[in-house]
Amino acid sequence: MSAREPNISSGFWRRTTAMLIKEFIQLRRDRVSFAMIVMIPLMQLVLFGYAINTTPRDLPTAVLLQESSDLGRSILKALENTRYFKITHQVTDEAEFDRLIQSGNVLFGVEIPRGFERALRRGEKPALLVAADATDPVAAGSALGALNQVVRTALQNDRAVPDAGAPSFEIRQHARYNPAAETALNIVPGLVGTILTMTMLIFTALSVTREIERGTMESLLSMPITPIEIMLGKIVPYIIVGFVQAALIVGTGILLFGVPVLGSLWLLAALSTLFIATNLSVGYTFSTVAQNQLQAVQMSMMFFLPNILLSGFMFPFAGMPTWAQWIGEALPLTHYIRIVRAIMLKGSTLAELHYDAIALFFLMLVAMTIAVTRFRRTLD
Amino acid sequence: MTVAADIAIDVHGLTKSFDGRVVVRDLSMQVKRGSIYGFLGPNGSGKTTTIRMLCGLLTPDKGDGTCLGYDIRTEADKIKLRVGYMTQRFSLYQDLSVRENLEFVARLYGIPDPVGAARAMIQRLGLQGREEQLAGSLSGGWKQRLALGACTLPNPQLLLLDEPTAGVDPKARREFWNEIHALAAEGLTVLVSTHYMDEAERCHEIAYIAYGELLVHGTVEDVIEHSALVTYTVSGEDLNGLLHELAGKPGIDMAAPFGTSLHVSGRDAAALDAAIAPFRSRKGLVWAKSEPSLEDVFIDLMSRARDNFQ
Repeated sequence: MSAREPNISSGFWRRTTAMLIKEFIQLRRDRVSFAMIVMIPLMQLVLFGYAINTTPRDLPTAVLLQESSDLGRSILKALENTRYFKITHQVTDEAEFDRLIQSGNVLFGVEIPRGFERALRRGEKPALLVAADATDPVAAGSALGALNQVVRTALQNDRAVPDAGAPSFEIRQHARYNPAAETALNIVPGLVGTILTMTMLIFTALSVTREIERGTMESLLSMPITPIEIMLGKIVPYIIVGFVQAALIVGTGILLFGVPVLGSLWLLAALSTLFIATNLSVGYTFSTVAQNQLQAVQMSMMFFLPNILLSGFMFPFAGMPTWAQWIGEALPLTHYIRIVRAIMLKGSTLAELHYDAIALFFLMLVAMTIAVTRFRRTLD
Repeated sequence: MTVAADIAIDVHGLTKSFDGRVVVRDLSMQVKRGSIYGFLGPNGSGKTTTIRMLCGLLTPDKGDGTCLGYDIRTEADKIKLRVGYMTQRFSLYQDLSVRENLEFVARLYGIPDPVGAARAMIQRLGLQGREEQLAGSLSGGWKQRLALGACTLPNPQLLLLDEPTAGVDPKARREFWNEIHALAAEGLTVLVSTHYMDEAERCHEIAYIAYGELLVHGTVEDVIEHSALVTYTVSGEDLNGLLHELAGKPGIDMAAPFGTSLHVSGRDAAALDAAIAPFRSRKGLVWAKSEPSLEDVFIDLMSRARDNFQ
């Protein structure tokens, strides 16, 4: 065979190189992929490096003062000195104290009982009650571990205490809602939100771009249908899909892991529907912005990542710096995780969850407004 | 602007550019109700853009006009209800069946009995037995028929067909045109863009557009007459050699092979006669004066438009 004869067994490198050059050219043209290559590692590094803290400090704490004394103040100071607790609320009413923990405004409640100082001075070793919201065992764990230190150091400068060497009071811990600190109780409700975010985003993120890519959008636009009608028509079927999915996860969680549903199932269903609709709206917004289906998927990934890291699903929300908490507040998953944990583990009612419900509704309206304005009725 | 009741499309000075490139320039046209209006021109000449401006899918940069008496700028919603637009690329849902596609269209237009309307259209299209087949798996000819069926289902007054027969075999093409003539006979106005000269000759009126400008319009006879082109048909031996000798000679504006003969045309009869005189007596060649074909006229128009354009 002569050298000029085309031959498939030679020229391996030439053909591979041709393919390689073509791929590089296409990658360079695809700006969103290019941005992903840079943005994903940067975002991960910044979030993991600065925002995420598995031994969170400055956790919001409420104090129930049933007597006012210098001793009590010294103990509270010692609590704050551990840097795990940050006293955000001081209350004198027990019902208010319970409500703060129930609603998730604080993670800890410290109760200094009546007659504490007197009992202490008599050497009766009175008990200080520390209630913890254990729906997130990671957040509560290290702070509770630091409590023993408080017992030792709190009163060492106080001359009024008879024997400074031995512990003069005890701390009674009460891990509320998840006393055994089971991880499954924390993970399963969070997974409901995470799985719904992932699947709902992808469903609608592809919906408009697929019509544009397949050419069906041109004929759809030439027919008498409005952008809102198109959007609602595309979102509503997936609300049902999402609902089935949520029921599946919650049902499996109950059957396999014994996760309780202390609150109202109806409330859970209603707020889950709201959360599903919010995510579908966000996905739909991506699909009106993306140029093609690949871009839509990439945008969904870029949105999904902070949802996982900053929502309180994997890492304690209260342990994040303020800027990260602000980003977290803008993500639907943050609010839903609070809702679903509160309803399932704490038996919370709408009265305690209205802030997160309104936030979800607001985020849905924002996404829908962007989607409808971004949706072009013409091919201009 | 007064709109006569018998005018379906009446637009003036339409101009549209994309990224600073003018695609349609100062285009005016009138289409009579009930007529089949052929829209011809090379690729990229602005046919699709014009059609999209007519049905409200694009907003013209300049110019205005009416479509079925409705303003193309402000009453796109009313136009959409009464116009059937068949896109160049198959734009029904490939993953829906024939029946499901037609029912979807019927529901969008608010037809009272969508299921019945879809079934009637399947009968009319001769698609019985294929109604459950996915639209994506139909052959090219059937896809075109289905697309036409979907356009006509809501009983539009105007059909805009953008190269409906591109890539369709001659038999399907003929059936398609018979259908269009039947629809026009029922009073529908049809604007159809095409590349095929034989299809142009099936239209009541034609317009030729190149580089975004409408160059000529009228009946086929008008257009040929208007061109003032003189054409000779040459048959004989070594026409390929002759073509090379003639090309570019002053007085010869166009020379192109047509099957076994050669068409030689010029706009100036005297100059053309002078140019071909030395070849007329050549042995083995038969020269005959003939009518220019529509294709001769269009290629001539296009080359002149390019001269103006550059």
